Amino acid sequence: MIRRGPEQPRDPSRRRFLVLAGAAGAAGFTLASVEARAGATAGELVANAFVTIAADGTVTVTVKHLEMGQGVATGLPVLVAEELEVDPARIKVAFAPADAKRYNNLFWGPSQGTGGSNATANSWEQLRKAGAAAREMLIEAAARILKVDRTTLTAGNGAVVHGPSGRRLDYGRLVAEAAKLSPPADPPLKSPAEFRLIGHPGIKRVDSAEKAQGTAIYAMDVVLPGMVTAVVARPPVFGAVVKGFNRKAALAVPGVEAVVQISSGVAVTGDDTWTALKGREALKVEWSLPENRPSTETIRRDFTARLGQPGLPARNDGDSETALDQGAKRLSAIYEVPYLAHAPMEPLDCVVRLSKGRCDVWAGCQFQTHDQAMAAKVAGLSPEQVEIHTLYAGGSFGRRANPKSDYIVEAVEVAKAVGVPVRLMWTREDDITGGYYRPMALHGFEAALDANGAPLAWRHRICCQSILEGGPFAAMIKDGIDSVSVEGAANLPYAIPNLKVELHSPKLPVPVLWWRSVGSSHTAFATECFLDELAQAGGKDPLELRRALLAGQPRHLAVLELAAAKAGWGTPLPAGRGRGLAVHESFHSFVAQVIEVAVSPTGEIKVEKVVLAVDCGIAVTPDVVRAQMEGAVAFGLSAALFGEITLKDGAVEQSNFHDYRCLRMSEMPVVEVHIIPSTAAPTGVGEPGVPPVAPALVNAIFAATGKRLRRLPLGTVPT
Amino acid sequence: MISLFVNGERHKVDADPDTPLLWVLRDQLGLFGTKYGCGKGLCGACTVLVDDEPMRACSLPAGEVQGRRVVTIQGLDSAAGKALLAAWTELDVTQCGYCQPGQIITATALLRGNPHPSDADIDTAMDGNLCRCGTYGRIRAAIHLAARRLGGTP
Repeated sequence: MIRRGPEQPRDPSRRRFLVLAGAAGAAGFTLASVEARAGATAGELVANAFVTIAADGTVTVTVKHLEMGQGVATGLPVLVAEELEVDPARIKVAFAPADAKRYNNLFWGPSQGTGGSNATANSWEQLRKAGAAAREMLIEAAARILKVDRTTLTAGNGAVVHGPSGRRLDYGRLVAEAAKLSPPADPPLKSPAEFRLIGHPGIKRVDSAEKAQGTAIYAMDVVLPGMVTAVVARPPVFGAVVKGFNRKAALAVPGVEAVVQISSGVAVTGDDTWTALKGREALKVEWSLPENRPSTETIRRDFTARLGQPGLPARNDGDSETALDQGAKRLSAIYEVPYLAHAPMEPLDCVVRLSKGRCDVWAGCQFQTHDQAMAAKVAGLSPEQVEIHTLYAGGSFGRRANPKSDYIVEAVEVAKAVGVPVRLMWTREDDITGGYYRPMALHGFEAALDANGAPLAWRHRICCQSILEGGPFAAMIKDGIDSVSVEGAANLPYAIPNLKVELHSPKLPVPVLWWRSVGSSHTAFATECFLDELAQAGGKDPLELRRALLAGQPRHLAVLELAAAKAGWGTPLPAGRGRGLAVHESFHSFVAQVIEVAVSPTGEIKVEKVVLAVDCGIAVTPDVVRAQMEGAVAFGLSAALFGEITLKDGAVEQSNFHDYRCLRMSEMPVVEVHIIPSTAAPTGVGEPGVPPVAPALVNAIFAATGKRLRRLPLGTVPT
Repeated sequence: MISLFVNGERHKVDADPDTPLLWVLRDQLGLFGTKYGCGKGLCGACTVLVDDEPMRACSLPAGEVQGRRVVTIQGLDSAAGKALLAAWTELDVTQCGYCQPGQIITATALLRGNPHPSDADIDTAMDGNLCRCGTYGRIRAAIHLAARRLGGTP
């Protein structure tokens, strides 16, 4: 363990604090700039909550969403730049402070947060208007300074130009005059035909260089004066509580500062990370175990039994029960997906500092104002007294959007107990075993085909824990139906005359959460595979059947046709290879994939190529859209091939990347992304690429081998 | 007291020799570019060069690198390293970015021993570096681009 020597002061904070300040400055996301924005500095134009222009012409755009890799720090400023007429490469980006009024997610009401793949969609008009309002103020300022009619002025490339004289005033020279004006309420916006940035190639990510160089700041990299590092010993089984613990051995580890009980377990703090980890290792905690300690096997039996009973209705077209008995052919199948951990590369972590009447939180916050309220509650403060400093997140995939604000609450509890700033860190083992998983789900199908092989009836029963219950979005549960349990299933786009979807929502002590693409992460797998089974049973090509059933769904059809054409659907493949397809709508975007797979004689699966077509409305930054689709394929393949959290007697059986396998370089297929040109408002991009991966792969494996796999993860194909 | 040679500078660190190099780099030397991802040498986020070889700093006792040359992402100044950093930025490889320093360090070691790696060589060298964002295709392209730019003399 690390000990302090004479040349290392008790509090190495000064050096460390400088490290933080210097690095953050270099990163461009200066904490100072966030704090400074509360009041305008003399000579700068604070046009609105999103756009500030300094006297030297520097434009700062405030980003209200979390940058977790999905590219919002790049894409959202482009919306401003388009209307403000500035080069996006010259924009400085600052992350917004938590504020439910100015920085709320417009699709969520008075709450700031990032999720549902809607960062661009909810900002689409807001940020273009913010840029346009600033532009109008600058033009009006130029008209006053030059004493000319404003219709003779145009904005372009960071300046206002007077047409008749050719005189040019840089924005920086206009800000003082513009600051005297009131912002226009409804500034004119460009039509899509006039866009010169939005939808055009060539926009570079703002964070590439600093992330490659290792200078980007994540919560893990924040160091404050006098800060300790905390790790928490949490229950070995969900629902277990601390019966007692012995601090002695932990405190005997040199450098361990404190051992304190908090609501989630027992926290150990130390001078540095290794000391805290050694302290936790030495700590002895006795746990009181709950009666209910489920195993995957018992859950599977229980879920399977429930599928034999009707659930709550989520959709009911026609008369499925009667039609099921009237078809020429009847099919049934059960599909299964496991619990999944998010496993972002940066495990959960945050830094909390409590001072008189104030709490500062540094974190990759996905739910800023919810986290703010939760931190305030624990700290005994009002939400306005809690300052959230949003930093880059090293991935999240939904995990940092936690209704319980679990890791933030832990850090505030520890900081309160120990009286100094705290960096709280989860190890990878904490992450894999700590819950908040994508729920395990079983899908039971019954279907009937008519004499021509066309689907006549479809009955789909889903058994899946509710994610929304008890959380901030519980209002989305209607008539007992958790909408995210049935999304992608209850809105099945296929024209089947008798169609019924039912839901069972069993209660289990395993914490569940949204995981990149949420309900569609399992409903797309089940529905798109079972539809393939119907095609096969009816003697139809999977593309032909989908075409026939999607006649009234032009956007589904367009991505399907494009992916199929680009992938050469129907052209011959060597033995052992197969193509499968899937199409799915999620977060208002449409994605089709054709996956080509090779299965070896011993059953090993090699995904060769994925051809993907996406309709996400206007692709604001097309290369970011491509990157999200590429990444979604890898994320989906990790889950389809390897991902699985299993329970035995209530305890999670996996612990780290050796037994919670993720896709590796050698397993990454070639991914070809085709974006449908569109002038529709932008829709989701971060999540919609995930759902079609598993079904397209499973359908490809069927095409290659004739074997129909119905449980994820696939591992290998049985021979 | 451990004597370390990191990014061209000598440091005396008061740490037990069994402390993983990762925590000495981060907590003692403030070199935050080297990331914690798993603590067990399973993900590669903490990869550093030790005498030009890629090593997992999370499972490498600091005492074992005394007298050896440690290079982290923040001290990467070889021609190959610079070419890779440039290629990474040019192709916008990064998403969340957390694993990328480790990826670039591993790629630097690859190009040192193999100026023109094939796809299979890249698979072998890079397979221990996980990326949950799925940037593998662009990592592969960036390594090829850097190799081309270096013209075979990394």
